[in-house]
Amino acid sequence: MITLSGIHKTFEGNPVLRGVDLTVGRGESMVIIGGSGSGKSVLIKCILGLLTPDAGQITIDGAAMTPKTQAGFLDRFGMLFQGGALFDSLPVWQNVAFRLLRGPQKAQAREIAVAKLAQVGLTADIADRYPSELSGGMQKRVGLARAIAADPEVIFFDEPTTGLDPIMAGVINDLIRNVVTELGVTAITITHDMTSVDTIADKVAMLHDGKIRWTGTKSAMGTADDPYLTQFISGTTDRPIKARW
Amino acid sequence: MLGALAALGRFAIFTGQTISHLVRPPFYGGAFGQALIQIGYFSLPVVGLTAFFTGGALALQIYSGGARFSAEAVVPQIVAIGMVRELGPVLVGLMIAARVTSSIAAEIATMKVTEQIDALVTLSTHPMKYLTLPRVLAATLMMPLLVAVGDTIGIFGGYLVSTQRLGFNAASYMQNTVDFLEVLDITSSLAKGAVFGFSAAIVGCYYGMTSDRGAMGVGRATKGAVVAASVLILAANFFLTEAFFST
Ligand SMILES: Nc1ncnc2c1ncn2[C@@H]1O[C@H](COP(=O)(O)OP(=O)(O)OP(=O)(O)O)[C@@H](O)[C@H]1O
Ligand SMILES: [Mg+2]
Repeated sequence: MITLSGIHKTFEGNPVLRGVDLTVGRGESMVIIGGSGSGKSVLIKCILGLLTPDAGQITIDGAAMTPKTQAGFLDRFGMLFQGGALFDSLPVWQNVAFRLLRGPQKAQAREIAVAKLAQVGLTADIADRYPSELSGGMQKRVGLARAIAADPEVIFFDEPTTGLDPIMAGVINDLIRNVVTELGVTAITITHDMTSVDTIADKVAMLHDGKIRWTGTKSAMGTADDPYLTQFISGTTDRPIKARW
Repeated sequence: MLGALAALGRFAIFTGQTISHLVRPPFYGGAFGQALIQIGYFSLPVVGLTAFFTGGALALQIYSGGARFSAEAVVPQIVAIGMVRELGPVLVGLMIAARVTSSIAAEIATMKVTEQIDALVTLSTHPMKYLTLPRVLAATLMMPLLVAVGDTIGIFGGYLVSTQRLGFNAASYMQNTVDFLEVLDITSSLAKGAVFGFSAAIVGCYYGMTSDRGAMGVGRATKGAVVAASVLILAANFFLTEAFFST
């Protein structure tokens, strides 16, 4: 179980998170939605310990995330970065197998990497290519394969379907749903895509103005009367969230 | 002023941390091997060319300068001592600052900006162990070898110019060089190499790891690293020369 209480994070006078409280149960799929720039990526980087919150506490299975405990948690985590963050000096398969190559499964690393690539709809012939030779959507999927490669207990997906065609997005949504349902993984997914929310989510949290504006089960979302949430779902530009340009 | 002191403090901490990873497993042998080849082997052409032309020019200068007080005959001795004690390590150091520091800083800064460093952390790999330590260690070990190569080729450049253009006898030129050089000349040269190699690599890593975001951040990190490494090498050279040779 992951609990966040009172998380604050400010960048050079720009308060991004202003007291985030959130609980994600074990084996649960939590989807975080929210406007662009609302701090969703910052929030999961705080959970991973990549950013240190200015205030508040993050606990994982009861233990606080601190620089000392971080390494132990990360061994059980997987993360898909919004921009892919593939190692451009390594071929695709070594990216996917990065953790495996440094662990007991070293001998089967390539085999597992190719299997994970297949799960995200990529063929074995790209295994020896370099990330810079792939399209944006392919890079995203390689990042996804890397996040799930070592069968982590908790996986973070930062916009897993942006940049993908609708069919491939469907494949990825199903994949994420499957790892949660079949492997019991805890998943925290950031997305703007309402189809993703439909497929992936057990629970949904909406980040707005640096706080969790609304949270509840996916079914409760349809009947919720929070004007911010309903506007986000329907995508209209009037009231109460002002579109800024 | 306060900012500069704080930066110096951060750099010192960074250096200390890097060294501390030397004795804490795991050690990434593959990354270390690659760094050895990148820093050592691929630097040979530029080191050789720099040393060769410098040695040749040095011989010409000493010959024409020495002629003013009829001391042309000291060319072999001065070329040997000038190359080995001073020009070999300094020029190789500056070439390494240009070639190795810049590429280390640009590569690591790009990795920082594209979140590859964060990705390393999430994959339970310490960026300092995986990126910094192998490069710093490789540069520290390879630079004495590169300096030895540079010293030798520099002396050879002087020898070639002296025997082909200035009418020196080949055998006695060699004899003079060998007789004149002392062990301290050579050990100081190699020791300087090690210090310069360490400085060049650690500065590149530090600027890369602390890079600002965006393409401009990468550019600034690279430029800053090369300038800082060059100045550090020249300053270290002064103090090492003082330590070795002032009596
Ligand atoms: N390392 C950083 N330094 C300074 N500011 C940052 C940093 N990371 C994020 N920010 C700022 O924090 C805010 C939130 O960024 P974040 O990336 O979390 O948004 P997001 O909700 O993920 O948006 P998107 O949906 O577009 O990805 C932005 O204003 C951004 O400029
Ligand atoms: Mg984001």
